[in-house]
Amino acid sequence: MRTFLYILTTLGVIGLAFWAYRENYATQGALAETRELRRDILDAHERLSKLRAEWAYLNRPDRLRDLANINFDRLGLLPLRPEQFGHVDQVAYPPDPVVDITDIIDVAKLNDDLSEAEQ
Amino acid sequence: MIRTPLRPLARILDARDKGENPDAIERENIRIRHEQMRDQARQRAEGRLLVLGMFFVVAFSVVGLRMGLLATSEPQEPRVDGPGAQIHAARADIVDRHGSLLATNFDTHALYAQPPQMIDPVHAAQELAKIFPDLDAAELLEDFTGTRKFLWIKRKLSPEQMQAVHEIGDPGLLFATRDMRLYPNGQLAAHVLGGASFGKEGVTAAEVIGVAGVEKYFDDYLRDPANGSKPLQLSLDLTVQAAAEQVLYGGMKLMNAKGATSILMDVHTGEVVSVVSLPTFDPNKRPQPAVSGAASDSPLFNRSVQGVYELGSTFKIFTVAQAMDLGLVTPETIIDTKGPLRWGRHRIRDFRHYGNEMSVTKVIVKSSNIGTARLAQEIGVERQRAFLGKLGMLETTGFEIVEAATGRPLLPPNWSELSTMTISYGHGLSTSPMHLAAGYAAIANGGYKVQPTILKTENPPKGERVFSEASSKASMRMLRQVVTEGTASFGEVAGYAVAGKTGTADKPGSRGGYYEDKVIATFASVFPAHDPKYVLIVTLDEPVETTGDEPRRTAGWTAVPVAAEMIRRVAPLLGLRPTVEPLAVSDIKLTSN
Repeated sequence: MRTFLYILTTLGVIGLAFWAYRENYATQGALAETRELRRDILDAHERLSKLRAEWAYLNRPDRLRDLANINFDRLGLLPLRPEQFGHVDQVAYPPDPVVDITDIIDVAKLNDDLSEAEQ
Repeated sequence: MIRTPLRPLARILDARDKGENPDAIERENIRIRHEQMRDQARQRAEGRLLVLGMFFVVAFSVVGLRMGLLATSEPQEPRVDGPGAQIHAARADIVDRHGSLLATNFDTHALYAQPPQMIDPVHAAQELAKIFPDLDAAELLEDFTGTRKFLWIKRKLSPEQMQAVHEIGDPGLLFATRDMRLYPNGQLAAHVLGGASFGKEGVTAAEVIGVAGVEKYFDDYLRDPANGSKPLQLSLDLTVQAAAEQVLYGGMKLMNAKGATSILMDVHTGEVVSVVSLPTFDPNKRPQPAVSGAASDSPLFNRSVQGVYELGSTFKIFTVAQAMDLGLVTPETIIDTKGPLRWGRHRIRDFRHYGNEMSVTKVIVKSSNIGTARLAQEIGVERQRAFLGKLGMLETTGFEIVEAATGRPLLPPNWSELSTMTISYGHGLSTSPMHLAAGYAAIANGGYKVQPTILKTENPPKGERVFSEASSKASMRMLRQVVTEGTASFGEVAGYAVAGKTGTADKPGSRGGYYEDKVIATFASVFPAHDPKYVLIVTLDEPVETTGDEPRRTAGWTAVPVAAEMIRRVAPLLGLRPTVEPLAVSDIKLTSN
């Protein structure tokens, strides 16, 4: 009985040691992954702020103004004027849809046919 | 275990035969057995002590080693912390009221050299001088071959320059990472943003510090790492600011002015939607402050808050508003305007002679100095001073850029009755255009004091009441008539019912007295007059309008057309739809048979 207990305890210790060994490596792996992800996030943040700065630079008012001037022939953009404000009733409604006439039934001809049949 | 008997029969019998005491044998055996037991117990105890001793030695060694390790190792950041705990070391961004970027950070590199590590200093110096034309090869070579161990060569590098330096291939040329302040819109709102430069510099990072404008005023906020992801939101509107700068620049060139400034302010909240000061500069390449000449000639000079000028007739409305508020006059009261008005050695004249009597409304519409001076006489020194103080005209504005603290109004050293009379029409008291904007906002919003601010504010508390709603309304009607039938007739913008007052003040000369041909032309306007939303101040420095036979310098010919064009451009951008002005009550006349 005692021998059995000894063997069981020894096996337990070996098992726990193995578990602890595995956990240790799993933790280190997770930490390494976190570090990598963190670096990726940081890189992404940096890229994002760089892109935002570039977007703001490309959208700076004097550049847009120059572009509007260069492409005036195609776009015809002018500064917003007070006259461009309108009322809702100035907006044209779309015209009523034209009813498409297909499969015409010639009533007159039908009537003729009917009267012929009666005779 | 074989147990030895205490009384072995053989020895007992043997002892009996010899006549010895057999008990002695037993005692001897007991003694031997006890000795054996004692030795055994001691051995076991010693073994236990040894084990225990070993345990303590090991335990204390572990503790000691761990302590030694902790004491000698470098401190380390915890590797696992809560999610979202992002600490941005970078300075916070600055955005406009809609969130468009006005200032942000950009990664760049600085170039430094460690001469002891250099392989070919001559080649490196020559190549560097080729890449950077502003560097001198001879000086660089002197630095590289001297006793210096370390020197900065360039604060900021473009990627192309960095690649070119890489291609020199000298191990003594090294790069340091830098966070650079970038203003993507260039010159836009330069005076508000100010600029930034480097503070303490290291190889891995450098401190970015604000040197002017909001960058300096809010330096602590912007540098706080906790605010790294919370940008500073200003009340400026990027689009409106760009349009205002364009119009004002055009106006300044057309009117041959040497400087100009404009302020567009919300009359209820005091938020400054656009503030322009020309000439301007690029905050990315902030010029050095001028060491010679007048400060106001430098592009760094912010005319809107630093420039204190006598703003002339624009002040008349304050006098009239106060006189009406005190119940001294109504808009229809007739004032004696027979000129010139003598006071001691001084004479007060009008620009033109408008007749001997005028109503208060006419005094404003025709801009009569004599009429306003008479009203000021009735108000008196103390009451005028207290009123202007309540409007905030006697202190700095508190506008949140560092330059505003230097825009202190110039008061008369001795506030006499003559000062009261001249101040009533805007001479003798110098204020910045920002003061004027705050004062006009108070007139337009129903009489509440307005605190100008550059920050976007949702629902600011209403300021102290300075005068009554009724006098505010009456003043607005007068200002509207200035545009419809008075000195500011060029200020009419269809649909926006502009109300305002012109002011042309002679510039004080550097040796006392006033210049004959140099003026400050100001137009202070409010729109729409029947439901005031914004106040716009346009000030031109030394404008001359030369299309006529003789040069015209009055504000009505110079500042007013510029302001009108600005309102035409800016009001639609602010989302103001043109409206039909309700008929003024005074225009409806009773008719009877």
